[in-house]
Amino acid sequence: MSTSSIVMMSSAMVLLWGGLLAAVLWLRAHPDNGDEGAEG
Amino acid sequence: MPKAHREQWSSRTGFLLAAIGSAVGLGNIWRFPYVTYENGGGAFILPYLIALLTAGIPLLILEYTIGHRFRASPPVALRRLSKPAEAIGWWQVAICFVVAIYYAVILAWALRYAVFSVTEEWGDDPDGFFSGAFLQSADGPGAITSYNAGVLIPLVLVWVAVLVMIALGVKRGIELANRIFMPMLLLLFGALVIRALFLDGATDGLDALFTPDWEALTDGSVWVAAYGQIFFSLSIGFGIMITYASYLRRKFDLTGSVMVVAFSNCSFELLAGMGVFAALGFMAVQSGLPIDEVVASGPGLAFVAFPQIISTLPFGGGLFGVLFFTSLLIAGITSLISIVQVLVSAVQDRAGMGRVPATLTVGGATALVSIALFPTDQGLFILDVVDRFINNYGIALAALVMLVVVAWVLRKLPEQRRHSDRISSIPLRGWWSVFLGFITPVILGWMMFDSLYAELTERYEGYPQWFLNAAGWGVAGGALAVGVVIALVLRNKDVGTVEDDLAREGAAAATGTAGAAAAEGKEEN
Repeated sequence: MSTSSIVMMSSAMVLLWGGLLAAVLWLRAHPDNGDEGAEG
Repeated sequence: MPKAHREQWSSRTGFLLAAIGSAVGLGNIWRFPYVTYENGGGAFILPYLIALLTAGIPLLILEYTIGHRFRASPPVALRRLSKPAEAIGWWQVAICFVVAIYYAVILAWALRYAVFSVTEEWGDDPDGFFSGAFLQSADGPGAITSYNAGVLIPLVLVWVAVLVMIALGVKRGIELANRIFMPMLLLLFGALVIRALFLDGATDGLDALFTPDWEALTDGSVWVAAYGQIFFSLSIGFGIMITYASYLRRKFDLTGSVMVVAFSNCSFELLAGMGVFAALGFMAVQSGLPIDEVVASGPGLAFVAFPQIISTLPFGGGLFGVLFFTSLLIAGITSLISIVQVLVSAVQDRAGMGRVPATLTVGGATALVSIALFPTDQGLFILDVVDRFINNYGIALAALVMLVVVAWVLRKLPEQRRHSDRISSIPLRGWWSVFLGFITPVILGWMMFDSLYAELTERYEGYPQWFLNAAGWGVAGGALAVGVVIALVLRNKDVGTVEDDLAREGAAAATGTAGAAAAEGKEEN
């Protein structure tokens, strides 16, 4: 693989998978009241 | 009369899995890799991310807030926003009906191909096998002259499975299905990608996918393609997220959840791109052809290119095929459930029917139309044209109209923003209104103009004009007409307010006729 494609693939992985990780961590830090198992 | 007690997701995780299951569908696997390759390769990631942040996420938030605030399917939720807007909701329901009837048949093909993979049934001519021995397609559009049991039987199985899961309810059916299917999809598709990455020529495929062509970014069509990909892959515009969000409890972090759903969808797309292009790189090396001659998308990728790859693999081709087609089936079935749920939920809300009768009538009718039209010698042509027109002049146009009506005609964005800010962890501020009020409508309008221009200057795929009029313009226009007519018929039938629903649920809970948790939603609307 060329250097430019390695850089772009790595950037995409960091941005999208990193974005997902950040979003999950953010959500875990902000639990809804009575989240898991709390039924409606 | 609406039901005494609206169903709810059992937990945030359950809702997130269902929403991700809806967003991750066939387009993630067979559309994203090709669109990326055709529009600047690695450089495409830049407009793709910008489209995600300026249109995809803001639109998702809008749908979540409408569904959550008004606790109803699209027709009722939009009517509660403004009476005439109910027509947009029914338009979206009609679009879901159209999409569901052809989406199911692709899953039936995938189910059949998962079995074919074991024996490599297609022999050495996957192309001829697909349209010939398998689909038994006619030479061109015309009258239906034959039915095909090889497609009919798996199609019936797909519909039975989908309707059973929907009939079981939000929690015991839809949520449970996604709790099982989504981890399974990640596992199966992850195994497939790992296998693909170790194939001879995989790096050539990845190189072709990710080598950036920065000059492509000066081409407007590349940006339109990025917005189109984000738009179609996130399941925006046909009321799915309005419906799913209507089953959330009153206090729920909407914006934080949108971020997880949007990035999950895009993360899966990236994984799919890597897996598909690694496999295509292998195919190019084996066939001695340049990669641009083996690249494909849509059914051509899944049912022609992949069988070729499976047949060429030195060992484990059958397993590779089962992994691929089962992944396709799972990704599609969780999306189909969400599409059919829009229909069922709309009928439940407006006709006051129970879940099972609504599923049997509206879901059953949808299944019957699907079964009548698609396992035939005309199925492939009808699917091709209906898909093209309902996407461009159904889903995208309905989203544009909804956006213009909500943002400009009714000027309701500030109310929706306040609703989200009251309960969400990420405040929306002014950026959300700017993206939804200006950038997204302009881009959607541009997309519309672009495809309309193509339609008027060139007949799609060279199909006869009568066929495009009937299966294309007729179906897309028919969905709009159905939406308007139903809204007109129901214009004097009041839907009540969210407060009415909550009061009724509270009273029912107090008298012990509904679940205790119904009382929780008192605090706001």
